[in-house]
Amino acid sequence: MAGTKEIRTKIKSVQNTRKVTRALEMVSASKIRKAQDKMKASRPYSRLMRQVIGHVAKANTEYKHPFLIERPEVRRVGFVVISTDRGLCGGLNSTLFRKLLGEIREWQAKGAEVDIVAVGQKAAAFFKRLKVNLVGSVTHLGEKPQVAQLIGVMKVMLDAYSEGRVDRVFLCYNDFINTMTQKVRTDQLLPLPPSDELESSHDWDYLYEPNPQVVLDDVLTRYVESLVYQGVLENLASEHAARMVAMKSASDNATKLIGNLQLVYNKARQAAITQEISEIVGGAAAV
Amino acid sequence: MTSTIRCDIVSAEEEIFHGKVKLVVATGEMGELGIAPRHAPLITRLKPGQVRVILENGEEQFFYVSGGILEVQPQVVTVLTDTAIRAKDLDEAAARQAKDEAEKLLLNRTDAIEIAEAQAQLAQALAQLQALERLRKNLKH
Repeated sequence: MAGTKEIRTKIKSVQNTRKVTRALEMVSASKIRKAQDKMKASRPYSRLMRQVIGHVAKANTEYKHPFLIERPEVRRVGFVVISTDRGLCGGLNSTLFRKLLGEIREWQAKGAEVDIVAVGQKAAAFFKRLKVNLVGSVTHLGEKPQVAQLIGVMKVMLDAYSEGRVDRVFLCYNDFINTMTQKVRTDQLLPLPPSDELESSHDWDYLYEPNPQVVLDDVLTRYVESLVYQGVLENLASEHAARMVAMKSASDNATKLIGNLQLVYNKARQAAITQEISEIVGGAAAV
Repeated sequence: MTSTIRCDIVSAEEEIFHGKVKLVVATGEMGELGIAPRHAPLITRLKPGQVRVILENGEEQFFYVSGGILEVQPQVVTVLTDTAIRAKDLDEAAARQAKDEAEKLLLNRTDAIEIAEAQAQLAQALAQLQALERLRKNLKH
């Protein structure tokens, strides 16, 4: 009966694993909703911000902000990579990194160097191993990320851009499309791509307080930060969705495994019984 | 002549207020501002302080903002508030911290992240072993 006992412990352990994966699945399912709500709540800000920038671009100002000027020569590009802090979320991070590596190679082939800002532990760990030029990092954003947590890393990138050390900045994250689908997206952050609402209708300008330069600088910095913040929220929702799906398939696999083990166990038990009977019958016949 | 103007107050994290108002009072960088309908287009930075709006029915509402930007357009007043206290040296400190973190990552080879990474790899190896075992079991029966 040694075999059957082993199988029984094994079944028990798989059942325990299934308990854990089930729990994780349910936790993620409830967190998706919260993450989506946060995503929705932050949308008005970037929409209004875009409007303001559209107005500013339309207005007649003699001052052109560097964030809006395309640079002809690209010697160095920056990537802001948003990843998760924790694992167990399927191929979410690895797909992102694979796609990003392709882009990095493309830029390197063109002779541009690459700077990385990592958001989230997984990105930090990944790019640390790669030994690329990691210029900034922030981890442990938690379930309720705040803009304040991103100011530091963004300043690193924005300063590098303003000082001309970086000529283009991209944002790389997982876009939440629905629970089953998350798509890797690489958006250009700087220079800001021209918006659609750029046709200038009439001649007017704002009253700037204190002056156009300061105000524009503030508006654009905040806009870029809000884009990154949105990316973080999208990525958070994607993380929970991916984890839910991964944990669901893990639970399903565990169920299947338990079924198989149960079958093996029953067979072993039956074999033992048969053997015992044949032994008794054999013994009785000998008497 | 319209006697109200649309007002939106938002932060990056949530929408705080939107609706028709008769007057918006805020603390601009150059001083107190009162915005009534038909104000000239204006864009300014806000100092930390109160934003007061007077609704159509004369009711007053107050919001505290820790800085931000106020934009006035012919039809709409937009207040983009900050959720964090912003100051040049504070921002710089945050940037320095982000840089330090990156440097620390590149220097230290056996910190928590390394361990997390090793754990992830271990989990992966275990999963592979498990899959192999299952495959073998399935082949047997």
